Amino acid sequence: MEYLKKNIQLSQFLGLLAVFFVLYFTISHSEHNVFWRLPALFAPLPAAINGAVEFLMFEWLPIEIYDAELDEYEESALLKEITRGFSGAVLFCIQFIRELLLGGVKTIVAFTSWDFIRANKWLVWPALPWTVVAGGAIILGYALRGKGLALLVGFSTAYIAIFGQWVPAMETLSFVLIAAPISVLLGLVFGVLAFKSKKVETVLMPLLNVAQTMPHFSYLVPVTVLFGVGDHAGAIATIIFATPPMIRLTLLGLKKVPPEVIEAGLMSGCTPRQSMYRVMIPTARRDMLIGINQVIMQCLAMAVIASFIGAKGLGFNLLLALNQLRIGQALELGICIVLIAVVLDKLSLAWADKQTDYFADLEFAQRHKYSLLFLGLFVVATLLAFIGSILFRDGINYFYLIPHNQGITTENFWQAGVDWMVDNWYQGLQGFNKGLIVNVLVPMKNAYLGMPVSATFLLVMGIGYIIGGIRSALIVGAFLLFIALTEWWDRALITAYMTSFAVIASVIIGVSVGSVCAQYSLATKTALLVCDTFQTFPSFIYLIPVIMLFGVTDTSVLIAVIVYATIPATRYTIEGLRNVPETLREAGAMSGVNAWQRWTRIELPLAFPHMMLGINQTVIFALFMVIIGAMIGTEDLGQFILKALSDKNGTGNGLMLGLCVAFIGLAVDHLINTWANQRKAQLGLT
Amino acid sequence: MKNLKNKVAAATLSLALTCATSAAFAEDSSKPIVIPTHNWSSQVVMAYVIGGIFESLGNNVEYVPADSQAVYEAIRNGDVTISHEVWQSTFGASFYNAMEKGGVIDAGTHEAATLEEMGVPRYVIDNNLCPGLPNWEALKSCPEVFATADSGGKGRWLEGPQSWHGDLMPVRLDALGLGDSYTVKFAGSADAIWAELASAKKEGRGIITFNWTPNFTDADGFVFIEFPSYKDGCRKADGGDGSCGSPKGWLKKAANYKFPKTHPKAYKTFSRLSFSTEQIGQMASLVDIGKLSHQDAAKKWLADNEAVWKPFTE
Repeated sequence: MEYLKKNIQLSQFLGLLAVFFVLYFTISHSEHNVFWRLPALFAPLPAAINGAVEFLMFEWLPIEIYDAELDEYEESALLKEITRGFSGAVLFCIQFIRELLLGGVKTIVAFTSWDFIRANKWLVWPALPWTVVAGGAIILGYALRGKGLALLVGFSTAYIAIFGQWVPAMETLSFVLIAAPISVLLGLVFGVLAFKSKKVETVLMPLLNVAQTMPHFSYLVPVTVLFGVGDHAGAIATIIFATPPMIRLTLLGLKKVPPEVIEAGLMSGCTPRQSMYRVMIPTARRDMLIGINQVIMQCLAMAVIASFIGAKGLGFNLLLALNQLRIGQALELGICIVLIAVVLDKLSLAWADKQTDYFADLEFAQRHKYSLLFLGLFVVATLLAFIGSILFRDGINYFYLIPHNQGITTENFWQAGVDWMVDNWYQGLQGFNKGLIVNVLVPMKNAYLGMPVSATFLLVMGIGYIIGGIRSALIVGAFLLFIALTEWWDRALITAYMTSFAVIASVIIGVSVGSVCAQYSLATKTALLVCDTFQTFPSFIYLIPVIMLFGVTDTSVLIAVIVYATIPATRYTIEGLRNVPETLREAGAMSGVNAWQRWTRIELPLAFPHMMLGINQTVIFALFMVIIGAMIGTEDLGQFILKALSDKNGTGNGLMLGLCVAFIGLAVDHLINTWANQRKAQLGLT
Repeated sequence: MKNLKNKVAAATLSLALTCATSAAFAEDSSKPIVIPTHNWSSQVVMAYVIGGIFESLGNNVEYVPADSQAVYEAIRNGDVTISHEVWQSTFGASFYNAMEKGGVIDAGTHEAATLEEMGVPRYVIDNNLCPGLPNWEALKSCPEVFATADSGGKGRWLEGPQSWHGDLMPVRLDALGLGDSYTVKFAGSADAIWAELASAKKEGRGIITFNWTPNFTDADGFVFIEFPSYKDGCRKADGGDGSCGSPKGWLKKAANYKFPKTHPKAYKTFSRLSFSTEQIGQMASLVDIGKLSHQDAAKKWLADNEAVWKPFTE
């Protein structure tokens, strides 16, 4: 009792729980009881959104379009022509890069016509031999950072080529090379705008929040309606997904620029423009670099999802391999995606870190040694490709392009591994599977579904009130109200049940693993590398072995979710613990604490706010993966999002369902952030 | 250097264009015909087969990966030109939705008769796990053979995603009086079904899943359960009680409404094109069993079966 009196928040919370349970057991389960379920007032909304989008795209402002092919006019809508024009521009850029890498005719067609190509069959842009691309990338790595990076690039390109994934890898690369720079640029522009105007920031922030918590599946249909299917649609969906972190980090970086630096710039007579581009952006570089890193990670994380709406490359081949249950092949493709992410990330960081040497006075050959080296490589490799075309007259010209799946493969090894796993583990795991489902998952799911809507509101808004006062209570209440008024409240409860189970498990695993790894610097490095890898490694791949072991059940979904959601929990725990000031550790050591006391009394409390942000990320990751878990078979919001791909009201349903998921995420996000900020202030960490 | 470029160009050209072209068919537009590729083997191989046939007519062809449900909207808008595997019960709804909105036309039906139905792997019959199968009445006596961890002791029917046929199977279970001993679980994707089938086969355990033919599972042996036969109006949506099996289904072809006008020759070929169950099975097995790449499988099939596809083009 003494403790409770001291800890007002805890006693408030216990009181809240008591009222919650009273409501839980007293309210009658009747469809007409508004305390049990709110009426689905928003049910007509998806159809309305859909109607509005269709009207805007296909009927609003009709214009006559001349179809040269049919020699007739047909009616189209202005907006459709505008978005299709934009799609065309993006597609042209992607195809241009793709044809530089792989050859083709479309770039030539863009400047002439298909008829011209038909009349001139010889007119085909040749691909760069793969040796030139690989060698060029190695030279670039060496020029930017030195031997280490060159080695990494060399290994990665060699892997991709030897495993016969060169063609799809270059297809993926060509759309990433468009999507990533556009995302970075948009991020910079909006970040700077938000920094300069408070108004822009207030409008932008909620949009960013939604964009970062909305599952990517839910905007695939709207993107195809607006922009069509193809690589451009994939790139546009990727840009929507990858830009928000760049905006955020640009803004953060600019805000952190010390006033002394800005003033120094003003004293030297900078114009506002110079002050921004010459002083502030270079100073904020560190945060922006993290932004670029995030953009690249996000772009490649989208490689598989983007293939649902027409992006060619590794992602599409991966889905195809999984459909044939060729897990080994899917794994090799997944590794290619990770390697491209790592190489692009390291190259872009090295490029951004490169300082211009203003005082160097070099000869022409010295200054251009890398360009000259590349030129030499180009000539030699092209000659080699030419010799190859004679050498391998009837077979594959290995010096030019290695066709898809003609490389070596370790598929059989992995396949055998999966077979072995199923043979040896299936029986043993069945007891665990059944026990978990019967004793934990089903009761938990029923408990969530048995929650009267009034009790849910009371609980969530009450927690909001305890943590952040009336403002927080209203914010989370509004998020909840939106979901409660759609027809998917029960589905959202199932999503909430799966997410909370996965979050609890992920946090326990992540915090324990993170805490142990943080004690040793080598383990820290390894753990962070594993985190990076798993973040870009396509999660679709482990869905299949998991199904083989646990069947189409909630267990399978939850295991896949936990694998993915443990990443941020681990990462933030490690970062939080490693960032505890050394002086405090020493102070502890002087007071004679042992390792256990140091961990529980010093490190954990200080790292806790940062770890809470990790838990926040864990929730978002878990939500995303629960939605992807729909591919296994769930009954939650995700299943309906997947279904929206073929619905009549696909656009409206997809967007509304996406918002429901986003609002669950944002409510949790709000609570955790508010609490973590308070804690930080109490601990004097900010 | 110039000579070299020509050589390299020629190499690419031979890759890109497999067949010689003749000027006689010049009335088709030279704009590429966009063919969608989905995530199952027979569809992808057939996409390259049809692409190869179009190329032999002198047309330009382009392939674009697309979701198999969302593709009809894309055809309607002209982003994709054709779809060559429209399965009645799985894609019928999306196909007719798009047709209703306008922009999609029905380009004829394949010879292949399809069946989309619940069934069991052949070893379930061979090992007599549930005596009396494939007759559906046998199911009454052995629900426990098909029980899973989450089915609560009942037998489980693994159905495709809910978007494929809604509550057709739960209704059928109840109408047949199996509702107390069996339950329906909706898988999230075809992949989930294949993974469960593969795992069940290793263990030799009983499993009832939704499946279809022609499919790659035909090679391993898959037996469809014989339900009371389908009659018009027997399904709940048509006023019946739902106690009937699936009808023999069609496999249609769809096209954008402009296709006949822009590419009259190609459209004529496409509308006459018709593959049988056996031919579709050959295409799939070249990849699934022969382990060829999809493009190579298509090339091989075209080379081996000129007698089959040449008549479509004439």
